[in-house]
Amino acid sequence: MLRAANLTQERIVLVLALVLTAGFAISLPGFLTPENLLALVRSVSVLGVLGIAMALVVIGRGIDLSLVAVMAVSLAWTLNLLANGMPLGIALLLGLGFCLLSGLITGFLVAYVEIPAIFATLAMGTFIYGFGRYFLITLDVVYLPDAARSIVWIGSGAFMGIPVPVLIFAGVCLLGALFLRYVKSGRFIRAIGDNPLAARIAGIPVRPVIVMQYALSGLIGFVAGLVTATSVASMNIRVANSTFVYDVILVVVLGGIGLSGGKGGVRNVIVGTLLIGVLINGMTIMDIQYTVQNVIKSLILLAAIVADTIINPRDEQTAQQGDI
Amino acid sequence: MSITDTIAYWRYRLVPDHIVGEILAKRWIDNAIPFAILVAVLVGFGTAVPDFLSLGSMTALTRQLGEFGLVVLAMTIVMLAGGIDLSVGSVLALANITALAMLNIFGLPVGVACVITLAVGASVGLVNGLLIGYLRLRAFLTTLVTLIIVRSIVDMLLLKFAVQISAGFVDSAVWDFIGDGKVAQVPFSFALFLLIAIVVHVVLSRTRPGWHLMAVGGSRRSAHNVGIHVRRTICLTYVVSGTLAALAGFLFAARLGGAGSDVGIGLEITVLTAAVLGGNSLGGGRGSAAKAVLGAITVMIIINGLVRVGAGSGANSLILGLILLAAVAIDVRWLKNRHKVLAKVYVSPAFRSLPAAPGTERDSASPYALNDRLRDVSPVGLNQVDGPEDVILDENDHIYAGTRTGDIVRFFAPDYTQQEVFAHVGGRPLGMAFARDGALICCIGGMGLYRIGMDRQISKLTDETNRTPFSIIDDARLRLADDLDIAPDGRIFFSEATVRYEMHEWPVDGLESRGNGRIICYDPLSNTTRTVLRNLNFPNGICMTQDGQSFLFAETWSCSVSRYHFDGPKAGKVETVIPDLPGHPDNINRASDGTYWLALVGVRTPSMDLALRMPGFRRRMARRVAPDEWLFPNINTGCIVRFDESGRILDTLWDLGGENHPMITSMREHRGHLYIGGIFNNRIGQLPLAGADPDWTGTRSYWGDEK
Repeated sequence: MLRAANLTQERIVLVLALVLTAGFAISLPGFLTPENLLALVRSVSVLGVLGIAMALVVIGRGIDLSLVAVMAVSLAWTLNLLANGMPLGIALLLGLGFCLLSGLITGFLVAYVEIPAIFATLAMGTFIYGFGRYFLITLDVVYLPDAARSIVWIGSGAFMGIPVPVLIFAGVCLLGALFLRYVKSGRFIRAIGDNPLAARIAGIPVRPVIVMQYALSGLIGFVAGLVTATSVASMNIRVANSTFVYDVILVVVLGGIGLSGGKGGVRNVIVGTLLIGVLINGMTIMDIQYTVQNVIKSLILLAAIVADTIINPRDEQTAQQGDI
Repeated sequence: MSITDTIAYWRYRLVPDHIVGEILAKRWIDNAIPFAILVAVLVGFGTAVPDFLSLGSMTALTRQLGEFGLVVLAMTIVMLAGGIDLSVGSVLALANITALAMLNIFGLPVGVACVITLAVGASVGLVNGLLIGYLRLRAFLTTLVTLIIVRSIVDMLLLKFAVQISAGFVDSAVWDFIGDGKVAQVPFSFALFLLIAIVVHVVLSRTRPGWHLMAVGGSRRSAHNVGIHVRRTICLTYVVSGTLAALAGFLFAARLGGAGSDVGIGLEITVLTAAVLGGNSLGGGRGSAAKAVLGAITVMIIINGLVRVGAGSGANSLILGLILLAAVAIDVRWLKNRHKVLAKVYVSPAFRSLPAAPGTERDSASPYALNDRLRDVSPVGLNQVDGPEDVILDENDHIYAGTRTGDIVRFFAPDYTQQEVFAHVGGRPLGMAFARDGALICCIGGMGLYRIGMDRQISKLTDETNRTPFSIIDDARLRLADDLDIAPDGRIFFSEATVRYEMHEWPVDGLESRGNGRIICYDPLSNTTRTVLRNLNFPNGICMTQDGQSFLFAETWSCSVSRYHFDGPKAGKVETVIPDLPGHPDNINRASDGTYWLALVGVRTPSMDLALRMPGFRRRMARRVAPDEWLFPNINTGCIVRFDESGRILDTLWDLGGENHPMITSMREHRGHLYIGGIFNNRIGQLPLAGADPDWTGTRSYWGDEK
């Protein structure tokens, strides 16, 4: 019956977001002002950008738990290099190269060594944090040095009244959507996520495409890191150990991208991000304690997963072994 | 023998190559890599850190290990059923604060506090279990969410109670003992951990719920289809996991007595590392409590060692991440490649030099000279039997034959056009004999020695014998019982062709020619089974001699017939009767004139004879060439030979050109006819014998005219 109504998770979440927006608009004064709405989107733009990165991997039947660690360590290293007098361009390139390299290594481990993505990326996240903390950075928090003044606009500037992070979020969304829709390797990602064996038989270079997924995710992670570092003027690499990466997964899954791959797209990420943005913004205005916010967010994620399981049940006969 | 042959002989006699394959085939070999890592870690830190292995340092280590190990056990149980529980760290923190609140604020007795703490953990586990087991949510995401929720609850509780907890004080000897006491020189928590590990091991390996759990992890779909309550089993693993994590939290509270905000943070990753490092498989089905203990000890030593070495917080994550990566990589590769390596190294040929084969030229003076005497064989049950390895006839002249499909079929006298399935025994029925009471005794490949009464009652006589001391392969079970004969006192002597190969791959043993077979005696009076002779080269046919104190047996790959005295003056002695047959002997049976019939399943070839002296060549072949292309002994074209107890060849029956009945594994003389079986044949052969006693039957030859 739910199927007949074409009630996908994306629509449920969208309706939920609209209802919440309406509710907050009525009950909370100052919620529905343009300034607050812009601030709302801006506050979740980093989350959204990371969500796009995660979505690319998840659509290809993977998961990238090292995303936040890569983002934090690469940016912290870049800032550190800048503070030590390296030219801006080279420092940025090195940071970008670090992201690319970690993505390639992760992709290699998943595609060629065949370690399950969850564990490969979990271990890589731990490893990258440790590597950065031990070899690249001396302190947990690296502040934005004066040499980086010229890029501060990325995080705190505005263009025609719209904050740059929001524009970047929109840009990444657009590029991601175009990539998945019109680029050959983008379509391959979806095919692999849908059925890796069939994709291989069809002649798709499965392993290189999987490596590319993780490399792309690392690169987008660098963009998100750039926005974070320039908007708060520092990078705290302890964020790698926090539950932030779970928030990113929350956005993706909430929007309706199935973890078994092949389903969903950029639109789902946007919907998921908006719901979270509305929630956080509303709860912050209502002055709800941070830990309670966490609980509410988690419960909503749980509800989303339960709804997804009920609408798209998994069958004992078709369930895959080792699919956790 | 030439010098190179002598060198090859000793090389393949002294170096036990076959052990490699046998070890790789063992299940406990899974623990080898984790164990090696543990030893490496111990040696590494033992040398790098002075005092690392001292008693005091070990006590401190084991105290933490008790709590950590319990959580690893919790994770292992969930992983074995195919799930994952990331919420263990938060549950531990929740249990910690619960226990402290119960004792410090509410002043409850330690026992009550313990029960409440465990109940809290179990209820978090129950939530996980209901969601994952019954609602079929994904374990990873679901426990991730509960991790965050429980952690938030802990943070809220901390805000409320932290001050009160640190102000309180517990005055209880029991509480102090749990946190600080020792049981037989071992910290209490560690002793408790070991005890629970043993319980978990017993439950997993010896009880029905444990088997269900392993079955669900091994193949959820199959478990569901055989009627195991998959959902309930999975739900329960999370409840157990929550309870164990809560117990660890309780011990943690007793040891440190403080409610910090960082208790149990990141624990799930460390625990996962330990569980995987120990060799527990992701996705379920493979693992054990022992593996969990192994992994827990290794990771605890690494963490402690890094702290003692003085590495920074970054180095800790760095090394832990590297180890997790390496462990999972090895695990994945091992699972993928073990059977490939095993398939390559299991076949381990030995040196064997056969005496020169006697000639078989037509019209020559050789007793084996080719002829056409099998041209007159007429088929019985053509296209109705599939592989009658052995045939036997009863006093009513009915024919019994075992088939590839696990039946013993009976053809009715006198014309043998009617048949029925006499008994369905399963396995691969091979050699047969009638006992004194008229029951049919049958060797069944893959099953053992069975008795089929004339009332068609099938009963197992034996399927195991005494295990060879120090053998790696478990040779207590019978793999390939081949042929039997019955001594006058009722003892049954039967051959087991090989202990290294299963029924369907018996020709591979010929490639190996190592001597993997044995002769076993089953005594129905005491119902005992003992191995009589070992290291025989595919012992096959067995036939009692007329004196009732010895039997003749054929060794297929060494092309010989020997005689073993089990009673009488020469008891225990083996004598070679025919050392150099021109082919590979199979079954031996009595002839009406006191001599013996012998089937040759195939004729020796010069190429195979040469290859037997070149074990290195056969080994390379087994490793590099596909099994279909291997050089095998000829097992398709043979003959029938009659010989006497001195080893003299009296008669040879060939089918020149292989036109009528060339494939022979057994023959039975009965009332002037010879009945011929062949393991790859679609018929039984019947050949009239000129000059044979037309009234002689095998049953009467053995048991006289009693009936």
